[in-house]
Amino acid sequence: MTARAGSAAADVAASWSALSAQVAAGRRFAGLMGTQRGDALVLSAHLAGPGGVTTTDVALPAGAGGYPALTPVLGAAFWYERELHDLFGIVPEGHPRLEPLILPQPAAHGPLPRLGDHDTVPAPIWPDEHSVPRHVLGPGLFTIPHGPVRSGVVESIEYLVETPGEDIPHLNMRLFYKHRGIEKRFEQLPAADGVLLAERTEGVASVAHALAFCHAAERIAGTGDVPWPAALVRVLHAELERLTAHLDVATRLADAAGLAVAAARFGVHKERVARLVGRMCGSRFGRGVVVPGGVSALPLVGPVDLLAEVGRMERAVTADARVLMGTASFIDRLRGTGPLRAERAREHGALGPVGKASGFSDDARATRPYDAYTALGLGAPREHGSGDALERLRLRFDEVHQSFHLLRQAADELGDASDGPLAARCEIGSGRAVGWAEAPQGEVLYDLLVRDGQIVRCRPRSPSFHNLVLFHEVFAGDILTDFPFIEASFGLSVAGVAL
Amino acid sequence: MSPWVLRGLRDGVVTTRWPGRPDPYADTWRGPATVLEHHPAQGAEGAEGAEGAGAGEAAALAASTALAALAALCPAGAIGAAPGRGVAVDLGRCVLCGRCVIRRPDVFGWSPGSASAALTRAGLVVPAAETEQGLAAVRAGLAARARALRRSVHLRHVDAGSDGSEEQEIAALLNPVYDIGRLGIFFTASPRHADVLLVTGAGAHGMAEPLRRTYEGMPDPKLVIAVGTDAVSGGLLGGAAEGGSGSGSYATSGGVGTLVPVDVWLPGSPPPPFAILHALLLALGGLPARPEPEGGRP
Repeated sequence: MTARAGSAAADVAASWSALSAQVAAGRRFAGLMGTQRGDALVLSAHLAGPGGVTTTDVALPAGAGGYPALTPVLGAAFWYERELHDLFGIVPEGHPRLEPLILPQPAAHGPLPRLGDHDTVPAPIWPDEHSVPRHVLGPGLFTIPHGPVRSGVVESIEYLVETPGEDIPHLNMRLFYKHRGIEKRFEQLPAADGVLLAERTEGVASVAHALAFCHAAERIAGTGDVPWPAALVRVLHAELERLTAHLDVATRLADAAGLAVAAARFGVHKERVARLVGRMCGSRFGRGVVVPGGVSALPLVGPVDLLAEVGRMERAVTADARVLMGTASFIDRLRGTGPLRAERAREHGALGPVGKASGFSDDARATRPYDAYTALGLGAPREHGSGDALERLRLRFDEVHQSFHLLRQAADELGDASDGPLAARCEIGSGRAVGWAEAPQGEVLYDLLVRDGQIVRCRPRSPSFHNLVLFHEVFAGDILTDFPFIEASFGLSVAGVAL
Repeated sequence: MSPWVLRGLRDGVVTTRWPGRPDPYADTWRGPATVLEHHPAQGAEGAEGAEGAGAGEAAALAASTALAALAALCPAGAIGAAPGRGVAVDLGRCVLCGRCVIRRPDVFGWSPGSASAALTRAGLVVPAAETEQGLAAVRAGLAARARALRRSVHLRHVDAGSDGSEEQEIAALLNPVYDIGRLGIFFTASPRHADVLLVTGAGAHGMAEPLRRTYEGMPDPKLVIAVGTDAVSGGLLGGAAEGGSGSGSYATSGGVGTLVPVDVWLPGSPPPPFAILHALLLALGGLPARPEPEGGRP
């Protein structure tokens, strides 16, 4: 090692200890990404806390093939560094298990995507599953592969369950099947079109991705606050998206427990929300509503109709939720299933319902409020902590209750304030900013770099990517038939994991 | 007694009777954007050749500039030229952002209703370039395969790189509102039992092999439906259209058409459950009141 490379490595290591000191002091590790600048790679780590997200940039020397890994000092970086290795070929030295994660390359392959170097258009890469090792731990164990084509209408992912027959001592995940090259695609778009791709990055969180992208874009443009009616419409759609996602989890859990009537009824509730969203904006996923600077239009459903429909849905959902939580055969399947320990949730900075149910809460709507959340009352959060699948569902029903409360407030306010412009001026020139929004699954984070109105680097970090790694830890004491309950209770989307 | 028994009866029948009876909700989807039948951009190209040579050239230039401006409206590259007929829209590339409809309502409009699916990829381009004979041959070939599946049809779904929204809409077909079991259509876990393959997503390279193996695992006769704009063309992931065809990216194939032989193409980002149901019935020849060239089905 030359003296220069050695000092660079020492600089990186010093940055990492500073980071881990800040995390120990209470900030939350929110992500790690790379950006190619010429021959050099810049690593950016995000830390979230009350009021905002800070970014630490660490530039590696040109041509560096490795750097001291962050994972040994900050375990939450485990998947992030494996992803860096896949996408940039850089080696985090000292990483405990540097296996391919989202892009396993064949032995001979062309240049990697070089994210951030938007002149490079990479040649096709065909993932090679043979470059991913299979682990089987001991005698009498065998591997049951679930996926990538799984039973039921679900997204493609492979779970390798290692089992001696009944319990699950070890679980492996293969995420790469549906890697779609989203980050590279962003670099070919003008900033104004970026929101369209953001909406299509993770379908079940379309609105949250659009919001996080637009918040970053608005910071670059110096837009300031969006007009009040637009801020309210954004909240309406974000909370309807949360309702849909949580009702979907309830449907899947009821279905896993064989409660046909409960699954049917929650399925109908979910359909009602989708139809309301469709009536409001033309898309059942709220797409096309959020634009940089504000929203594209007011809801096509007036505030009075909206309030009435929200009231009807609330009564129906609340009654069914009460019966579901009182159904003993259902509760028995969830209690104690897939527990996530509170210390692990805090160490990892687990996002959304998964973190909250284990007593770790960092809800961007409360701690880093945006749009109309700055003024609307979220209500005091209830204490949650046991961290099992039952607690995660209870937490979701609390959030459903809270969403109805927010929907009523926002619709009320919108009735009084629907005059005036719906979008502020937002000309996205050059600059870099981070934007965030609380999706149903947890916080979505966008790091956006724009030059002359053209996206140079855009890194969406979905809560699904951050939380899914915790799957490794929640099967202790559980058996094969608990698997669907645990998976549904996490409520994650594979699309957000394998960008 | 379980409280669920009474709750199950509480709301009466919520299930649609479509396609046997009309359902107003089936017509509310705005569908992909399309080019209107009569619009001002048509006239320009028609003038070519009718006037003197100089005037024709100027008109052609003006027409191509106007066309380029229209094409630039679309972030997905769905707007292009139809030889001799001015502007064309490829519904299979439309991501339903509505930008063209908002900025040029005199040229573009929505194509409302659930009947968005087509039997050929070219059939999604408006104005149609396809001949009626060509389509009749495709229809006859499909009907021959679908005949064997008539009363009980089993579906297998494969996600080949979707954003997750298409899965939600396909799964919605199982809720009591759509309840596709009433039409003799069921989902199956095993490709060995499947008659119809629903494929979503832009054709992620990692799913190419699992998708091929699933398709090959299905017994003949089998049908394939590409569900959603991503599956049809790659959508926004396909890269900018050059020469009208999606080229894919380092990680995707620009739709699933190059990975499996697709019989029915359904655009939408995502298509709603009624549009998926329509595509299924189109594949199976089960649509009522469909104009049949040869006297209709038995």
